[in-house]
Amino acid sequence: MSKATVKLRDVANARAGDKGNRLNVAVVCRDPRHYGDVARALTVQRVAEIFASRRPAKVVRYDLPKLAAFNFVLDDVLEGGVNSSLGLDGHGKSLSFLLLDAAIETGD
Amino acid sequence: MAPHVTIGGAAGFAGDRTDAAGPLVEALAKAAGPRFLMFETLAERTLALSQLERRRDPSRGYNPSLERFVGPVLARCLADNIRIVGNFGAANPRAAALRIQTLAREQGLRPPRIAVVEGDDLTSVLSAPELAARETGGTLLRNATDIVAANLYLGARPIAEALDRGADIVVTGRVVDSALALGPLVHAFQWRWDDWDRLAAGTLAGHLLECGAQITGGYFADPGVKDVPGLPEVGYPLAEIDADGTIVIGKPAGTGGRVDRQTVIEQVLYEIHDPAAYLVPDVVLDLTDVTVEEVGADRVRIAGARGGPAPETLKATVCVDAGVLGEAEISYAGPNAAGRARLAAEIVRDRLARRAPNIQFRIDAIGIASILGNDDGALRRPWDADATDVRLRFAARGARAEDVRILLDEVEALYCAGPAGGAGVRRHVTPRLASASCLIERAFAAPRVTMIEGPE
Repeated sequence: MSKATVKLRDVANARAGDKGNRLNVAVVCRDPRHYGDVARALTVQRVAEIFASRRPAKVVRYDLPKLAAFNFVLDDVLEGGVNSSLGLDGHGKSLSFLLLDAAIETGD
Repeated sequence: MAPHVTIGGAAGFAGDRTDAAGPLVEALAKAAGPRFLMFETLAERTLALSQLERRRDPSRGYNPSLERFVGPVLARCLADNIRIVGNFGAANPRAAALRIQTLAREQGLRPPRIAVVEGDDLTSVLSAPELAARETGGTLLRNATDIVAANLYLGARPIAEALDRGADIVVTGRVVDSALALGPLVHAFQWRWDDWDRLAAGTLAGHLLECGAQITGGYFADPGVKDVPGLPEVGYPLAEIDADGTIVIGKPAGTGGRVDRQTVIEQVLYEIHDPAAYLVPDVVLDLTDVTVEEVGADRVRIAGARGGPAPETLKATVCVDAGVLGEAEISYAGPNAAGRARLAAEIVRDRLARRAPNIQFRIDAIGIASILGNDDGALRRPWDADATDVRLRFAARGARAEDVRILLDEVEALYCAGPAGGAGVRRHVTPRLASASCLIERAFAAPRVTMIEGPE
């Protein structure tokens, strides 16, 4: 398999959920063979950079190899959350697409 | 012992589709073994909004769509022994039960045995300072005077008890969403309350059902990348659970949507933080060894949930008054729409800087950048000179409507005194609630199950 640069959206799905001012984004590889590529690309630092405009207080990545998935938990990125954000998307439901737009390298 | 239990997930939030239950009930009527229909309609703030409604009218405070959720399927459920479990009681489960009794009478049905689960309301149990002392991850309650709602997340025990006592319908207020499935499973299989792996599996089943169509193709479609057939008539989920805790998720025949590895795994992790420790009142669920396997068309088997002992404390959500959100919008279209929108934004900023320097507001350019930005108004992309259809949105918070009126007035005045072609002003003031999480000792949890017998 040759190297290629693709968008995360080309190889993985993502779903956002909220609890208060905390966001989680689950990233699921459509084909488990891309698990390693996504693991290499989506480091905690990289995800923090992608969400820099929301100034995350903390980013944690949980790895779920049996599901070929990752769970990212970002603290304090929802402008106070659905109860106090001035934005239209206080739940952060759209934010999975911020991650899906990330470029990643596939192949070895 | 029951071979397997089938549970339909008919609603995932208060505003969910009220016609989703019909196809589920059709499918449940044909299923072998105990059958349950589950309605999850109580998001974090929904209960506080219901509490406000109960203050205005003591006979209300339950889900306003209760009749439309339950009414169309009540006769079939009673006839075929499909038992209904729902948290649509919200702030007033007893009134909801009475409403369902009335519905049954109006439809000429036998009086259903309805159990009411209460004991989640903490407002008469703990004072505001006592709640404040138990707040985690914030200090919202430190100076709170008006607590609108304080509700403990109850577990599955009172639901299982209600079913053991023969309830056709169980009406709850705040319980952890997944308990709406775990309660029926414990009742049907008589799982022990320290059989952690089974309780974990039942919690996972509830977690997968509690958002309705989110596991059957809803909140999933991305045309060309993740296509979902028949999404307008998406089927809501059916879960078949074995006594050993194995779950098969499917959906009613003839409905739209899809159930496969992709839709299921997205929902396994939905609103999860540490996948090794998902805390509910009855168990700590560990998802790290969960496996997801496609076993047929729109059928997925989920196994491997592991459980640990129930947490020492229970979570409560406390809601307080948080003033108002004021919003106003105006549109610009055609050549240089972005330039005119930008000028409008500058006019409002300029005037308020001199007239109301303390008001903090956010500006969005809907059509250019309105969602992924932040409250500081720092757009993630510059004004796009090519945009020909831009809707400006201004938003501010205040303690009272008067505090945000000047912003809304300034936006409206752009009609005559702003850039050319300003159109379609809308303005809204919406009351807001803020919520805090507390950890509460179990000694304060005293769930009560009351059977409401049918009227004579």
